[in-house]
Amino acid sequence: MIELKNITKSFNGKEVLKNISAVFEQGKINLVIGASGHGKSVLMRTMVGLIRVDKGDILYDNRILDFENYEKLKEIRRDIGMLFQSSALFNSSNVEENVEFPLKMFTNMTKEERLARVNFCLKSVHLENVNKKFPAEISGGMKKRVGIARAIALDIKYLFCDEPNSGLDPITSRVIDELIKEITEKFKITTVINTHDMKTVLDIGENIIFIYKGEKWWNGTNEMVRNTENKELKDFINASLV
Amino acid sequence: MSFFFHFGRYLLFLKSMFSKPEKTNVFIKRIFAEMVAIGIGSLPIVILVSVFQGAVTTIQTAYQLITPLIPKPTIGTVVSDSTILELAPTITSLVLAGKIGSHIASEIGTMRINEEIDALEVMGINSSSFLGLPKIISGMVMVPVLVIISIFLSEAGGIVAGQLSGALTADEFIQGARMTFKLFTLQFSLIKAFTYGFIITSVSCFHGYYTFGGALEVGESSTKAVVYSSVLILLSDYLLAELLL
Repeated sequence: MIELKNITKSFNGKEVLKNISAVFEQGKINLVIGASGHGKSVLMRTMVGLIRVDKGDILYDNRILDFENYEKLKEIRRDIGMLFQSSALFNSSNVEENVEFPLKMFTNMTKEERLARVNFCLKSVHLENVNKKFPAEISGGMKKRVGIARAIALDIKYLFCDEPNSGLDPITSRVIDELIKEITEKFKITTVINTHDMKTVLDIGENIIFIYKGEKWWNGTNEMVRNTENKELKDFINASLV
Repeated sequence: MSFFFHFGRYLLFLKSMFSKPEKTNVFIKRIFAEMVAIGIGSLPIVILVSVFQGAVTTIQTAYQLITPLIPKPTIGTVVSDSTILELAPTITSLVLAGKIGSHIASEIGTMRINEEIDALEVMGINSSSFLGLPKIISGMVMVPVLVIISIFLSEAGGIVAGQLSGALTADEFIQGARMTFKLFTLQFSLIKAFTYGFIITSVSCFHGYYTFGGALEVGESSTKAVVYSSVLILLSDYLLAELLL
């Protein structure tokens, strides 16, 4: 479980996140939704420790994300996997090396063990026979899948996905959504997804947080989103579904 | 104010690098890979510059010392001393600042804009140390090696040019070179190379690491890395000469 307590963040005097408190539950798909420029990405980058908060606490199963103590920060980060918007694969390494990288860095596995784990992770994201291909040689959807495979290479507890469907066609988007859902259930991890894709929200969202102008505007379940009376959220949903 | 901001940031960047590597064997492998990239990768340009540098210096020195009052081996002395003391370390390092510096800054800058550095951080890896430290260590080892090669090739270029132009024979050149040779001159040259190796790699890593934006900014970082490295090389050249000679 991830808990946010009164998170505040400003850039050049402009408050981007305003006193946000929220709970992201384990084994569920937690969605952060909202229009572009309203603070979704900043919130996610803050949660993984890439941006320092001005005020407030972030707790990972009651362990505080301590920005002052880099070693403790790294300890928590080792339980985190993240799928970036751009996939952020290492362009000079092939698929196998990308997925193998965290294993090389943080385990004492032999080459054979690492390879077996790489193949298991690639199989989990329904990718096979692409081990030797470089990121430039595979499609956007495949890159996202490799990104997920790399994120789950270690036994992670928390999975963050920043706009996992951006730049993908509707069919591939659904495949990625289903994959994230499958992985969340299979590994019983806490998944947090940043998105403004309403199809994702309606298909796989379980705990949904709507961010509006840097504030937590609304929080509820998938069913509640469909029947919301919140004006801003309704506007956002209607605009997204047009 | 901007100078102090960037200088402070540079010092903090260096400080953040010096932490225990996540995996020692991966770290050592990266050092060797960087040594190959910096050392072997720069060898062709160093060979080319050094040979011509020695040859031209010999011909121009001979042209200026065209008087029977000055013995011919003096040309060898002048060329050899100036090569060891100044030309090989400084000119080679300025060339390397262009080649290695722009490569490092654009490599790390591209990783930054592609979120690869963020990915490393989220995995719990100290990205500045993982990316920068192997390059800095390799630079500090390989630039002196390249400078030694440059000294050797410059002298060789000088000998060949002297012989071909008829300015002086190989024996006269070597005699002149040995006449005033001091071990400290070579040591000083290597101290310079070591310092320049650190400057080129650390300044370039810094500019690459703090790239924000897109492809245009990567180009800007690359240019800044070369310009600042070159300026700092010239500045430290003066300071080292003032302090150690």
